[in-house]
Amino acid sequence: MGIHRGHRARPLEWLAEKFIFLVSLSTILMVFLIFLFVAREALPIFFGETDTALVQTVIPPDEADKLSPAQLQKYLELTPEQFASMDKDSLKALMEVKQEALDEIPEKFRNDPDARANTTDWHYLLLPHQWSDYDKPEYIWQPVGQIQKYNIVPLLVGTLKVTLIGLLFAVPLAVGAAIYVSQLARPRVREIVKPTIELLSGIPSVVVGFFALLIMATVLQKLFGYQTRLNAFVAGIALGFAVIPVIFSIAEDALTSVPRAYTQAALALGASRWQTAWQIVLPAALPGVFAAAVLGFGRAIGETMIVLMVCSASVMSWNIFDSARSITTTIAAEMAEAVSGGPHYRILFMLGALLFAATFVSNMIGGAVIERFKLKLEGKR
Amino acid sequence: MAAISIPRVAVDDNKATGSSGASLIEIEQLSLYYGASKALKNISLNLGEKIVTAFIGPSGCGKSTLLRCFNRMNDLIDNVRIEGAIKIGGHDIYTKDVDVIELRKRVGMVFQKSNPFPKSIYENVAYGLRLHGVKNKSALDEAVEKSLHQSALWDEVKDRLHASALGLSGGQQQRLCIARAIAIKPEIILMDEPASALDPIATTRIEELILNLKKDFTIVIVTHNMQQAARISDQTAFFYIGELVEFGPTAKIFTNPAQKRTEDYVTGRFG
Repeated sequence: MGIHRGHRARPLEWLAEKFIFLVSLSTILMVFLIFLFVAREALPIFFGETDTALVQTVIPPDEADKLSPAQLQKYLELTPEQFASMDKDSLKALMEVKQEALDEIPEKFRNDPDARANTTDWHYLLLPHQWSDYDKPEYIWQPVGQIQKYNIVPLLVGTLKVTLIGLLFAVPLAVGAAIYVSQLARPRVREIVKPTIELLSGIPSVVVGFFALLIMATVLQKLFGYQTRLNAFVAGIALGFAVIPVIFSIAEDALTSVPRAYTQAALALGASRWQTAWQIVLPAALPGVFAAAVLGFGRAIGETMIVLMVCSASVMSWNIFDSARSITTTIAAEMAEAVSGGPHYRILFMLGALLFAATFVSNMIGGAVIERFKLKLEGKR
Repeated sequence: MAAISIPRVAVDDNKATGSSGASLIEIEQLSLYYGASKALKNISLNLGEKIVTAFIGPSGCGKSTLLRCFNRMNDLIDNVRIEGAIKIGGHDIYTKDVDVIELRKRVGMVFQKSNPFPKSIYENVAYGLRLHGVKNKSALDEAVEKSLHQSALWDEVKDRLHASALGLSGGQQQRLCIARAIAIKPEIILMDEPASALDPIATTRIEELILNLKKDFTIVIVTHNMQQAARISDQTAFFYIGELVEFGPTAKIFTNPAQKRTEDYVTGRFG
């Protein structure tokens, strides 16, 4: 019998291997496609192709011939396909409709400079702007109304505020619990505590949000005595509860997989259990614990339901006791109302792409830091 | 060096009797159970001060278990129960008033597989000292250097004290573990097959080291290597299935054992 290699030697194993490879490849492809889709819908924002100017110069339908096809298409806000499928009469009809719409704009906007501005311009998206009715420049997210205000800074601040509060609350608690369960608890206690904390991850976030909305908000307000009952603080704490099991589970694994030999060496030197856990086991498990925190961050920044239920006013404030509206909440709450292909719709997709990029970058930085920790522990640096 | 003292009064009692041949560790009728199974059976044994005592015997005979009784590492295992007494420096280490941390400071241990912490060489040696409250930088530096000298590692690592200990070779790591154990100046060092994972050259260095350390420390070593026991120990105890079969001067155990089973084992007829 000859020596066979590859699929001829063990056809079944070869098949199984290729199948698994294809499945994993499709996952990567899936992520890539989702990103492509989100980014594509957001592209017009990046290229400045959207326009929200309310007041435009009216072009009478009779003068349609004077415009180039490209100008006409832009004036009527049509896609190239739509434009191509229409004959002259339909275009003329559309121009009449447009003229009527422009004529119906209330008188007070006619002389308002804001009504002539394209509010999807980067300047309006990122910088504070003094709108006509305001006495100073402000960051405002107000996508509904005659003049749509799309400043995304309040959303970024809201997202960061809620996420950071959640992590500040969840990381110490979860890592502390993981140290306790993996290093200090007696076996019987461990058998009860570990599954109980992990059970927390099975609670749907809408239920956590419900609980936070009705009970936690009241209790926390009584404890801290702040003004607004539903605020970023409550949302952050509730978010923390959703994130704790994720961080706990991974951190506990990391701590438990620290070789027993380290623990034994420390104990034999006369370290207490606590000293061993804190000074030897935790540093040795740091890459895993850090990975847990990074994953917790990803979960927290992507969590929608809890923040949506607990607080959603898009105020621009770093005060944790003010309300906040996160990016995810905004997308979930507004996507259904946004006109497909319109500026609002585009902006929401842009926010989605931003979120995607943020998680991606945080994971990448996290991975690099973990790698550094590992090398340091292994003595290769 | 003072004999172990828990409480401290016991020091003087022991010193009164104290030539180097005096018993430092007295084991009286010791039995140990893992749950229902009896791992050590009525062992009585007195181990001398500043000598090397070797525990030999086939796998599962309880020699490591006995070794771990001396610094109460068996406490970490559930379902372990002990009868009888172990006295170190005349005081029973299994009574309630014994501070296990204090005991382990006085009874150091080196494990079978070298287990330096994933920290720098310096921090490995300094860790025990820091645990026991040494904060002064120059005192730490001095103690680290002395311990590394004592464990014959100084010349090899003096230029990279702050490099990770995991970058050392296996033999060096084991000597580092010995340095770590002796840095806190224990009286007794327990060694659980310290050279079983090392190559012959590294083993020789460890053996030389043990002979040197004998001047300052009482050493109890568990070994599977008969030649090693013969080379480095003054006294040898032979265990078989939880029982102490024979105990005496190493030369006698290896050349003229009183028991047939001992003779069979040391001549390699079983085990």
